[in-house]
Amino acid sequence: MIVQFENVGLRYGPGPETLSDLSFSLDEGAFYFLTGTSGAGKTSLLKLLYLAQRPSRGAIRLFDADIVTLPRARLPGFRRRIGVVFQDFRLVPHLSAFDNIALPLRIAGVSDAQLRAPVEEMLHWVGLTGRANAFPATLSGGEQQRVAIARAVIGRPELLVADEPTGNVDNEMATRLITLFEALNKLGTTIVVATHDYDLLGKVAGAQMLRLERGRLIERPRPAGERQS
Amino acid sequence: MTFEKKDAAAKPYAPGSLLPQGRLTGPMPWVIAIMMFLTVLASAAGLALDHGARSLSANVSDRITIQIAEADGAARSRAVSRIVALLGATEGVDNIAIVPEAELSSQLAPWLGNDLKIGDIPVPALIDADLIAPPAEREARIAALDTAAKAISAAARVEPHATYLGPLARLVGAIGWLSFGVVALMVAATGAVVVLAARGAHATHRGTIDIIHMLGATDTQIVHLFQRRMTLDALFGVAVGFAWAIATILLIGRSVAAVTSDLVQSASLPGFAWVLLPLLPVAGVGVAWLSARITLRRALQRSL
Repeated sequence: MIVQFENVGLRYGPGPETLSDLSFSLDEGAFYFLTGTSGAGKTSLLKLLYLAQRPSRGAIRLFDADIVTLPRARLPGFRRRIGVVFQDFRLVPHLSAFDNIALPLRIAGVSDAQLRAPVEEMLHWVGLTGRANAFPATLSGGEQQRVAIARAVIGRPELLVADEPTGNVDNEMATRLITLFEALNKLGTTIVVATHDYDLLGKVAGAQMLRLERGRLIERPRPAGERQS
Repeated sequence: MTFEKKDAAAKPYAPGSLLPQGRLTGPMPWVIAIMMFLTVLASAAGLALDHGARSLSANVSDRITIQIAEADGAARSRAVSRIVALLGATEGVDNIAIVPEAELSSQLAPWLGNDLKIGDIPVPALIDADLIAPPAEREARIAALDTAAKAISAAARVEPHATYLGPLARLVGAIGWLSFGVVALMVAATGAVVVLAARGAHATHRGTIDIIHMLGATDTQIVHLFQRRMTLDALFGVAVGFAWAIATILLIGRSVAAVTSDLVQSASLPGFAWVLLPLLPVAGVGVAWLSARITLRRALQRSL
């Protein structure tokens, strides 16, 4: 398994827990949808997955490492193995679409000559070849989202975490993106997609569900062994 | 496909800067320019005054003048001869020189006119000499010499130059050290300016930093990104401030050279200052580099 949560709780400041008693595991190479009403804690759970937060209590194992006690200096190495599509895209405003997509490769130390081909391929994949030099402010919401998705997957992450990745695109593009995620999943990437869009859930065969309600999991995925039995 | 394949094939990919173009640090380079200007001027003043104080002290510490305020010209001449002989026979006394009447006349000319004949008025005779003695014995040796001179002529008096020029030398030296204190404060202020600018830059670009952090950038990568740009900004300020200061020092130097006063001339820049002053901008950039590095590292360590 790639992720394991045990009695995880998350609290922001002195308020009540946003997430409580989460225990589940995610299998390597599986596809998961995370659903729940607004405010159920989907984004908070994703933040724990992409290492933007540490839990207030409980244990999290990610890539066979104890994330709760992992020294801060080792986190970047783990983050490079995770692709993230943020709900608000978080594109760097002064970088072109091309440079935004190239960002994970540049951070990983890939040379400018070597990153060109994969970035062009990604641009083509998300249908933005003609917008390579456009800056985020000149892109539509849907285009920004596609740039954010291309940036998340360009490094071939072991775990892809996407927060409402189809929220700003039309049905055709949503289907295309989900097909893209499936293709990545077939290459071995574990995918976790948070979504409100229940139509999407039926589009991926074999996808499993995590359902959150008021910070608690009311539906959790079954581990691979359990499913087989 | 409208992606410019031809252009892209012809031109190598030039990545956009991860930080926005232009200055990161607002007015910081200009504040550093002013700081560097004042630091170089204060350092130059400190070095010149220290040099002046040292040469003044060296000049006056051993020097004495024997004044013979005898109204009778013949008696005064006899006393001068005997005291010169006394000085010649005294151990540790050297460079004995009777101040010529012409020199005395020229010194009195502003008050008594240029056609003064020194014999017409009872002007004291002056004998300059060096009394070389260990500092602990100096006072006793001067007192003994004064007693011996008074035995020759009751109107004779030994005056060590250190008694009236020594406090001035000490004052000049103290002002020189004060200048070095000002330099230390300027260096601290430069560091503080960079700290504030680094905090500002970090706050302004927090969004970009968070994104590249989440994509796996290390603190070192992010610090390098900011540090390089901030150091370049500081380098600009330091270069401008240093150029202004050197131009000012050269202009002041020309004015000092035109002044004939020995006192003013003594407070000139020593030769080693021209080696020391160019080190200040290097130190300024170093302070900026270090301040930016420490501040950014601390700021980054506050996030996960």
